[in-house]
Amino acid sequence: MLTQLEKQLLNDYQQGMPLVSEPYAEMAKELNLKGFLVTEHEVIDCLSQLQDKGLISRIGPVFKPKSVGGSTLAALSVPPERMDEVAGIVNNFEQVNHNYEREHQYNLWFVVTAGSQNEVLQVLAEIEQQTGLKVLNLPMEQDYHIDLGFPLWC
Amino acid sequence: MDELDRQIITATQSGLPLVKEPYAVIARDLGIDTETVKLRLQTMLDNNQIRRIGAVPNHYKLGYKANAMSVWNVPDDKIGELGKLLGALPFVSHCYERPRFLPEWPYNLFAMLHGKSREEVSEKVAQIVDLLGEHCAGYELLYSKQILKKTGLRLKEKD
Repeated sequence: MLTQLEKQLLNDYQQGMPLVSEPYAEMAKELNLKGFLVTEHEVIDCLSQLQDKGLISRIGPVFKPKSVGGSTLAALSVPPERMDEVAGIVNNFEQVNHNYEREHQYNLWFVVTAGSQNEVLQVLAEIEQQTGLKVLNLPMEQDYHIDLGFPLWC
Repeated sequence: MDELDRQIITATQSGLPLVKEPYAVIARDLGIDTETVKLRLQTMLDNNQIRRIGAVPNHYKLGYKANAMSVWNVPDDKIGELGKLLGALPFVSHCYERPRFLPEWPYNLFAMLHGKSREEVSEKVAQIVDLLGEHCAGYELLYSKQILKKTGLRLKEKD
């Protein structure tokens, strides 16, 4: 399971970390104020381990998709026997950054993000052509999420 | 957003280096100074083009094995109000309005729900049903079965 330090790092820094030249030193300083006797080096080590174990996918900026070019959520209704083949086709597009199999008649859901809206539509058209399946194109129209942080430990 | 912003995005989208001065490394790679990198990132944060800079947790690996995309059919003239209600719930990680695709897709409000078990997610769904009351004309839960691909945002080196 997670150590106290790992939990604290995840809780405190999933919503943001100091944007300063030496962020990990600053984080160590903040953690020290909370009673964790850690050095910058230990913070870096701990984050590396969390990353190696796959518990965090990365440390870095999370971009709001719509503000950089175009993006959409798309779905396909894939015959079960074709799932591997179709998932492979979809994953092959570098513009596809998330792809999930879900339990539904629409069973393949993926996010397409590209430099422009036009490129997004081109990718969807190519996916339709290569798979022979009709794409459900569901671009985000409004974001209602208020980002209060995801409570990992409750 | 200009070319330099895009270069900074490209250089940071798969993660910051875990070294003493991560922004200096990015700056050196791009041939600019560290202050510029930090300033540009701060501006993108202020403009909401970047949501946050932080540790991106993998909920699945952290024990949140039940992840459902809940989709709701609510009246168009109420969606602003209802979307804000759902978006403020602590167990909702994303909440978006998306277009319907009739007749096969009647849902216009999407909320991602995470729990340690399906029972836990079901309880949360019951709370949403209560919250929406008469305005809910239908909903479905789409549990994730398998993550087939998950990477940070990818911008091409040159667009």
